[in-house]
Amino acid sequence: MPQIDDIDKKIINGIQAHFPIEPRPFRAIARDLDLDEAQVIARVKQLKEEGIIRRIGGNFSPDKLGFHSTLCAASVPEDKIDLFTKTVNSYPGVTHNYTRSHTYNIWFTFIAQSVDIIKNNLEEISKTTGVSGILNLPATDVFKISAKFKV
Amino acid sequence: MLTETEKKVISALQGNIPVCERPYLELAQGLGMSEEEFLKTAKGLDERAIIRRFGATLKHQKSGYTANAMVAWSVDEARVQEVGPTMAGFDEVSHCYRRNPTETWPYNLYTMIHAFDEPACHAIAEKISKAVGVEAYILLFSRKELKKTSMRYFD
Repeated sequence: MPQIDDIDKKIINGIQAHFPIEPRPFRAIARDLDLDEAQVIARVKQLKEEGIIRRIGGNFSPDKLGFHSTLCAASVPEDKIDLFTKTVNSYPGVTHNYTRSHTYNIWFTFIAQSVDIIKNNLEEISKTTGVSGILNLPATDVFKISAKFKV
Repeated sequence: MLTETEKKVISALQGNIPVCERPYLELAQGLGMSEEEFLKTAKGLDERAIIRRFGATLKHQKSGYTANAMVAWSVDEARVQEVGPTMAGFDEVSHCYRRNPTETWPYNLYTMIHAFDEPACHAIAEKISKAVGVEAYILLFSRKELKKTSMRYFD
């Protein structure tokens, strides 16, 4: 893990949730943290190069854009994991996919413009891979979404 | 309903914004609009909470959180609206959702827990279990990342 110092930590904690929407956002961040703009820009570039910051941008709620999202799980036999992964990952609406420690061993999220598209795609995945019984678990209530971590 | 301008701004903001003095000017120029119009539109999307979160996304592994567990809980439906917000109140919980159970899958509440290692995840789940009085739960640890991207809308 690359070394990050206290200034890096301050910057990271400062820009996770509310990146300024104004003409010179890095100057605004610098002012809040008592740093200068060029220094903040140089450090953020470095943090991105090192892969500590994956991206800076907006995260959108699918439902507010008229999209539907769901969590899916499948119980995939060892010898079909590669085919199943390749098939599932080929859908642009699949944004996250992990193997997990359970007989339902593959878990992925699916975003699409309608619930029917998701349903049809899951049927298509089952047909292509021979893996049936894929769980389709759309959220009915959201109690928390936060991707902010103190570093 | 979103305007065409809003869709364009969303498609620009969902990527990686440039790290330079005037990132919005650069993005606006790419869309053939003024920086002012871009910022006004972006602010409007932010105020209406269409942008859920705007900022840096970290690579968790590299920032020190090495274990993450999805905890699936089986909670009495009559208690879900009380238990959900309580679970959400724990700092270690980043996401908390209710989902419909199925015939083969009895769980209806889901929390994502992040910690430095797997025993720490178990300890946090136990702490939450005691706090809400729910004993039926399982931890699913992520073993391998097969895909992780951001959704591209209106491209």
